Amino acid sequence: MPQVRAGVISFPGSNGDHDAVSALEQDLGIQVRRVDYRETELSEFDAVVLPGGFSYGDALRCGAIARFSPVMEPLRAFADEGKPVLGICNGFQILCEAHLLPGALLRNQTLKFHCFWTTIRIEQSNTPWTSSLEVGDVLRLPVAHGEGAYYIEEHRLTELERNGQIVARYATDAGDVTESANRNRSVASIAAVCNDRCNVVGIMPHPERATNELIGGSDGLRLLNGILDGALAAGRSR
Amino acid sequence: MPKQGVNDPHGDAVMAGLRSLSFDGTQRVRVGKLIRIEVQADSEDDALDQGTRMCERLLANPVIEEFVVSAAQIG
Repeated sequence: MPQVRAGVISFPGSNGDHDAVSALEQDLGIQVRRVDYRETELSEFDAVVLPGGFSYGDALRCGAIARFSPVMEPLRAFADEGKPVLGICNGFQILCEAHLLPGALLRNQTLKFHCFWTTIRIEQSNTPWTSSLEVGDVLRLPVAHGEGAYYIEEHRLTELERNGQIVARYATDAGDVTESANRNRSVASIAAVCNDRCNVVGIMPHPERATNELIGGSDGLRLLNGILDGALAAGRSR
Repeated sequence: MPKQGVNDPHGDAVMAGLRSLSFDGTQRVRVGKLIRIEVQADSEDDALDQGTRMCERLLANPVIEEFVVSAAQIG
């Protein structure tokens, strides 16, 4: 199998970049390079990850400043080519601010920082990042966010549902999408979405922080694993 | 300001605070941001125009926020 190469972008204030590198490199055996936010070339990669953290201290809005980093221009071109991009937590917020993903992330309804294990149900397996999963699969992943409540206008929500752009929803351990499982009060319990081509995915929980039973769970690997086949499939379709 | 229909838990918390202080007539609270910017401008219209472009490009997220720009001369 050809070697998959992934880039993990470090913005000022990213803190999940090392976790993402370690998950991809050590747990999946993918060749990974950490990419500085000032870089302007991403063509060496098969997939790119925007990690979690607090880029620019969340000034103004989460992701609002990072969106104008030099690296975002080649990232847009990378995404336009149909190559796989994954935004985790703050990475998700940055992709929304950059309009590479629909919607926005609002303050959690509780006004508290949410830092606990959560359960999501996979709703779309036709993305490079969820290609090793099936619709209905239930994953246990940690969250760590203050602004994690997904929001999108009602008419656009209908569009997302119609296009199959909802990738995962918060659910109970049994996989039921209930109000009590939706602790940050995201619209339609949305935990992850994708763009209309399905190659750009944003997810609020942290798969890269659930890669080993020693740290509480390994379901994150089940998701990230998809990129091994997903990146190659995306490469073939180019 | 958060757009109509956008959940504003900050506003809800402030309303609960006001009600607990017996401001019983409080109907609704929305919390937004005030950003004061000093610019070099030829006229008030020019300043308004610069402010509007700043909001569109960076300061406001049109998915969740709406904005109003006003200008006044200083110095």
